Amino acid sequence: MTTILIQGGHLVDSSTGMDARRDLFLRDGRVAALDLPGKLDALAKKEKAEIIDASGLIVAPGLVDIHVHLREPGQGYKETIASGTRAAAAGGFTSVCAMPNTIPVNDTVETTRWMQSPEREAVARVFPIAAATLGSRGEAIADYKALQAAGAVAVSDDGKPILEDSIMFEALAQAARIGLPVIQHAEDTRLTQGASMHAGALAFRLGLRGMSAEAESGIVERDIELLARLRKTDAGSHAHLHVAHLSTAQALEAVRKAKRSGLRVTCEVTPHHFALTEEAIGDYNTDAKMSPPLRSEEDRLALIGGILDGTVDAIATDHAPHALHEKEQEFERAPNGIIGLETALGLSLLVLHRQRQMPLARVLALLSSQPAQVLHLKHRGSLVVGSFADVVLFRANGDWQFRVSESKSKSRNSPFDGWRLPGRILMTISEGRIVHDARGTIK
Amino acid sequence: MPIQRKTSAKKAIRKTHPASQTGGGARSSHSSPKNPSLILLEDPALRSRNTFATPQFHSAFSPGFLHPGSSISVSHFTLQDVSRILEEASELEAMPVFRRAQRFAKRRVALLFYESSTRTRTSFELAAKSLGADTVLVSALSSSIEKGESLKDTGITLRSLGAECIILRHPNSGAPYVLGRATGLPILNAGDGSHEHPSQALLDLRTILAHFPADNGTAARRKPSITDRTLDGITVTIVGDILHSRVARSNALLLPRLGARVLFCGPEMLLPGFAANIGPGVEIERSFERALRLSNVVIMLRIQKERLSGLQIDLEDYMEQYQLHMERLAAYAPTAMILHPGPMIRGLEITSEVADGPNSAVAEQVYHGSIIRMALLARALDASPKKNEQSSRHR
Repeated sequence: MTTILIQGGHLVDSSTGMDARRDLFLRDGRVAALDLPGKLDALAKKEKAEIIDASGLIVAPGLVDIHVHLREPGQGYKETIASGTRAAAAGGFTSVCAMPNTIPVNDTVETTRWMQSPEREAVARVFPIAAATLGSRGEAIADYKALQAAGAVAVSDDGKPILEDSIMFEALAQAARIGLPVIQHAEDTRLTQGASMHAGALAFRLGLRGMSAEAESGIVERDIELLARLRKTDAGSHAHLHVAHLSTAQALEAVRKAKRSGLRVTCEVTPHHFALTEEAIGDYNTDAKMSPPLRSEEDRLALIGGILDGTVDAIATDHAPHALHEKEQEFERAPNGIIGLETALGLSLLVLHRQRQMPLARVLALLSSQPAQVLHLKHRGSLVVGSFADVVLFRANGDWQFRVSESKSKSRNSPFDGWRLPGRILMTISEGRIVHDARGTIK
Repeated sequence: MPIQRKTSAKKAIRKTHPASQTGGGARSSHSSPKNPSLILLEDPALRSRNTFATPQFHSAFSPGFLHPGSSISVSHFTLQDVSRILEEASELEAMPVFRRAQRFAKRRVALLFYESSTRTRTSFELAAKSLGADTVLVSALSSSIEKGESLKDTGITLRSLGAECIILRHPNSGAPYVLGRATGLPILNAGDGSHEHPSQALLDLRTILAHFPADNGTAARRKPSITDRTLDGITVTIVGDILHSRVARSNALLLPRLGARVLFCGPEMLLPGFAANIGPGVEIERSFERALRLSNVVIMLRIQKERLSGLQIDLEDYMEQYQLHMERLAAYAPTAMILHPGPMIRGLEITSEVADGPNSAVAEQVYHGSIIRMALLARALDASPKKNEQSSRHR
């Protein structure tokens, strides 16, 4: 295994509160030492470490995305685990949690193992999220214990929310026994038939059926109620509900209340939901179509408020690649979702740090240590000695332009093409291996 | 009592950059792709003929590539555009038939219909033929669309066959944008989902102007110079299934800009409260009687059963409240002009007595429809380069 010394950078590690100039020494895929500038030079020389000059750069824990769609198995034309993790690396992510809505749905030990096999050629660590119910049909609970043993870090029927109260209760109860979080895509699909954007005046003008905020908040409230009921039983003390891609002010308020009452409820927000509103649809831009849909400006501001006050636990991308031919269709026929791995850090820095003055360390916490905590990813999202050598190096000042044509993803469905963003990523190191290196391409 | 309604003409100018409102990300305009192998796939003849045909490789959505001769949304028209279309309509109306037939002789117009239609399709087809153009009809049920061909490919095929303009009717809102971006051709929107039906709004406008000439004394049909005060004092009530109606949207986006007051009237289920936010000059009046009292023009709409998807309407109750019958008309709006875009369901939203009565201008609407559609076709074909000469030389 190689050894690497990252020299002269400004280290920001929210897991320890470190925010100072430090050199970082990586050995055998782990963080081996961390010290004042120059102090590790002798060690590096002795071990013939590769020296990386990080002067003028932020050195931070590799980012953690707890919500991506890597499309494998089954839809390699949209994305593969190899291409998806290359996009992750380009975006500074070293850990990604892959949703189970693949073909077949990941509800087995075999698929869970297959996704983590070295043959997939992943360049970032892939943590599978297994299906909560068999085939994500919402009927029978999957074998959580076996799936967890095979490497699953959570269960979810993402995209196909669990509507049946008894099934959701059972999922929460069974997962609680072994400490697995249940992730819910909160959408009452009985209320969103044929809907393709946020309900309201703009949907009316465009002649599109709308998804109401209640279709999301109703499920979040129902789930919280189930969690509270479970809490009263013996099995319930470890029950953990995680709300995926929360997008409305109402649902956020429900999570805020639940947290206050001491329930183990966490939630994530995507960069597109805090950076854009439904107005981005313009003349039926299918790259602004996703589920949950882009919402109103009030919702967007509420989400930012929730991020600032700590209600939101993590930023997650919901990276959802789709082929060009699928997106260049009639708006109502185009599939939901956008790619997001390469723009997440830039958008977070732009909206939260630059526009709302959120401290850099807190923005990074939402993208690394906090999501790692939500899904119990040990030794991730931190640069404490002994952690995995997952590191991202980026420039804090100066903008770069995102060009979707240069994306490492197989797909091109991003509404952020041409956007100027802060936080140019120069290098990503995953478990001690340099998996993205853009130093040569920048003056 | 004239109702003042000022609408800035500037608002009519199309927004080309809808992207963000968060300041940080101005969307750059798209540059053409540099990959040379992809450029070779282009037909050079097509390229020389149509500068809008540049394909996009990096994103499914490319704003700003719509042909200027298109009629997709009335919000794209400036008042000057509306004036010109009405002037062109009057010129074509007055033109001897044989001369009119030479106007666009042998030009090729395709009608692409994904939904059934009687009046709009026939009206467009006859309008094109009366201008001398060759027309071809492609309908969803008798074409490769049934086999799964995309709208994009269907459009490119029609363009390759020589179509210079495509008239599209489609069940999905926004479909004309997909076709316009894919082909670069002028697209005439003959109704897309619940979105818009621009030719219907224009023909309704022409019908209204024929009855309520503008204040400047000259007959509207002869000299229809349109301003933001042309319809000052005119109240137009649109009644019924507003939620699913593209006719309602196009009229509500067009008429207030000419000074009219538009009232939407219907039950909550078919007319959500936020509908009034569609634009300035539009209000909701739930009581049909109160709306009728204020109305100079009443546009009745059909309940679109095919788009209800799950909504349950109590028809008895609906007819009780919103059917236009003689007693209601005589009591509350004895002089109002009654319009209906068709198809009418007699006995439901309107009775035969009203539909065939002296206030009804339904037949006139159909007449104005063919005139307006000639003008829209002329606008589209005038804006596109003359066919054959260049491209055939290249071959």
